[in-house]
Amino acid sequence: MPTDVLMPALSPTMEQGKLAKWLKKEGDTVKAGDVLAEIETDKATMEVEAVDEGVLAKILVGDGTDNVAVNTPIGVIVAEGEDASAAAAPRPAGGAEAPASNENAPAAGDAAAKGEVVVEKGGAPATVPAQAKAPSAVAKPPEPETTARPDVPEGTEMVSMTVREALRDAMAEEMRRDGDVFVMGEEVAEYQGAYKVTQGLLQEFGPKRVIDTPITEHGFAGIGVGAALAGLKPIVEFMTFNFAMQAIDQIINSAAKTLYMSGGQMGCPIVFRGPNGAAARVGAQHSHDYAAWYSNVPGLKVVMPYTAADAKGLLKAAIRDPNPIIFLENEILYGQSMPVPKLDDFLVPIGKARIHRSGKDVTIVSFGIGMTYALKAAEELAKEGIDAEVIDLRTIRPMDMPTVIRSVQKTNRCVAVEEGFPQSGVTAEIGMKIMEEAFDYLDAPVARVTGKDVPMPYAANLEKLALPNVGEVIAAAKAVCYR
Amino acid sequence: MAAAAKRAAKQDGDVVPANDPPPFTREEDLEAYREMLLIRRFEEKAGQMYGMGLIGGFCHLYIGQEAVVVGMQMAAKDGDEVITGYRDHGHMLATGMEARGVMAELTGRRGGYSRGKGGSMHMFSKEKQFYGGHGIVGAQVSLGTGLGLANWYRGDGRVSMTYMGDGAANQGQVYESFNMAELWKLPVVYVIENNRYAMGTSVSRASAQTDFSRRGVSFNIPGEQVDGMDVRAVREAAGRALEHARSGNGPYILEMQTYRYRGHSMSDPAKYRSKDEVTKMREERDPIEMVRKRLVETHKVAEDELKGIDGKVREIVNDSAEFATHDPEPDPSELWTDILREAAV
Repeated sequence: MPTDVLMPALSPTMEQGKLAKWLKKEGDTVKAGDVLAEIETDKATMEVEAVDEGVLAKILVGDGTDNVAVNTPIGVIVAEGEDASAAAAPRPAGGAEAPASNENAPAAGDAAAKGEVVVEKGGAPATVPAQAKAPSAVAKPPEPETTARPDVPEGTEMVSMTVREALRDAMAEEMRRDGDVFVMGEEVAEYQGAYKVTQGLLQEFGPKRVIDTPITEHGFAGIGVGAALAGLKPIVEFMTFNFAMQAIDQIINSAAKTLYMSGGQMGCPIVFRGPNGAAARVGAQHSHDYAAWYSNVPGLKVVMPYTAADAKGLLKAAIRDPNPIIFLENEILYGQSMPVPKLDDFLVPIGKARIHRSGKDVTIVSFGIGMTYALKAAEELAKEGIDAEVIDLRTIRPMDMPTVIRSVQKTNRCVAVEEGFPQSGVTAEIGMKIMEEAFDYLDAPVARVTGKDVPMPYAANLEKLALPNVGEVIAAAKAVCYR
Repeated sequence: MAAAAKRAAKQDGDVVPANDPPPFTREEDLEAYREMLLIRRFEEKAGQMYGMGLIGGFCHLYIGQEAVVVGMQMAAKDGDEVITGYRDHGHMLATGMEARGVMAELTGRRGGYSRGKGGSMHMFSKEKQFYGGHGIVGAQVSLGTGLGLANWYRGDGRVSMTYMGDGAANQGQVYESFNMAELWKLPVVYVIENNRYAMGTSVSRASAQTDFSRRGVSFNIPGEQVDGMDVRAVREAAGRALEHARSGNGPYILEMQTYRYRGHSMSDPAKYRSKDEVTKMREERDPIEMVRKRLVETHKVAEDELKGIDGKVREIVNDSAEFATHDPEPDPSELWTDILREAAV
């Protein structure tokens, strides 16, 4: 029985990669554990190992092929003596037989075959077995509107880059500009960033300004705050904001409150940044969206960009801001490519929302990855004759309510969308503010779509249920439009 | 100096050598006396004012521990930072902050160092390199290590003097900070003020290792135990520790063996220790009496001169109390200021 060798996923959010080179050639005999090929992503290089013994009968994807989707068959292994020509028979993608040992693999390709939105993968071992990965169809968020940005001069050239690169460039530019800016965190220097956001910074700025810390969030957050009190401008990377729970005392009690407690003497210009919220299949302790937590605290600013351009412009603004900033990124968005204005010094002001899509029938407010649901829903609603205006808050605190209120005054209806939990969530705040400031303009109660009120489950189907989805946003929009 | 060499930093639990610190000159003893007496009288006055309802909330007095911060400051150089926990009035006065501003902060008035918005535990002075004043036990240790990181980053030759109590020394972030400070050779002197009680819990009831000078052993941070009631011993050890840190050798730990005469805070009945224990310490080991005795017996300072100092100190303290009693409360508009700084972007 021929066995497909599939393009493996190296991380929970990897969608595609490059087949760098084959280390075996057709006809070679392979044993379990033999390295068959090397693959690359923007984050890492990994080896593909054979799971079983046999003969590499066919190479389906050649050396140096870019953008190979996860789970694409890249080669075929047959048992010794088996007819290699059997391998030539075409098989549907994702139809590989899962080896008995891989009990965790979900029924391969089911969701993908139906074209459903699936944003999930298997785990990320250092070396990846060549077979039986989870399905790979990944929803691409709609390309954001890039025309008519009020913050970009007309005629500015736009270059496509990933959110990851945009964030890196923002840090590099600010570090070139100001010698007081430095980065510290786990794996930010020699490893080039756990999610490769700090790639290349060590090489350019050296170990004094790109500091690898031990795994010690409470301690290094406090050290960062102390350095900021002394006038430096640290960027503290948390490998994820889930780990910042270890450090939250220093963020809240020291960073946020000292300016006030010192009667304005002691400022704390620091940026805490890193991925926040759900990635894919990483379980409850690595999936928490903390936007609502930090947005509850006076003395902090909380920024949560969606587009690559905003990620860059807002991070640069955050680094220059004289206050403590919580900068919430998203692992799923890191790899998304979007247009970024090619400007020497592109800044996006903190505290300003952006109307991402104009409309007249209903206002959909979201931020961060919540924007992917909002924008997709707006597209679908348009097909049904509902013209939705989509607002990207971009900053959660201070919240740009005037932009939201103006929109609600026009549409008279609002749906707020976030991945975080419902109780005391950001959307709860949005709803309350609209009631306080625009009650008389409302033709329907404000609706919200949030993550479900449960710790994030691991199982693929349950995780999908726990997250908001486009259908829920569409349903909520229709409900407030009484349609 | 032979005495200094004898007390070289111990790394593995050597017995602490007998304390025979080098003597102070007449001027040095006078300075130590004046500084310690100012703290003592200030704290006594704060206690009174608390009793009169002029000071609210928490108020942790430093009485008994004066030699620690005064001895440290006598060895420090301009620019060296000071950061501590909530028992902080003494540190502020020792760094040269004005008694008026400290007392007015205690009474929550607009002339206070934090314009009345910080209180007893939260005062700062950029000018005097005093970085607070922190109410979360142990948090100042990471922050102080961050001050050290800033010194290291700038290469400015400054040392962060990071104070904590025996209670804070059991917090996890202290050890996270020790690790990074030694790893990166940050210029930090950790001063553990062991006053024997973390609130109401004695050291032996809270600490598996009661020799706090050894708390850095697993990070290779040298440390020593110091008689924190003798300002000369404090200054001598401080000089050694600061020199070590300033020369790029990394952090140093000084365990100051001291004692607080008053309760943990004003509302502490101090049932966890006997009156005799306190009385014995006051009578036999009082840091101010020790200096006063030396001034009279060794330096032959006349009683009148000492009375003159006492009078001046009282004047400063009374003036601060008078100011803090009559200074207006902050303007209501202050409620909404100093939350964020204006951003240029």
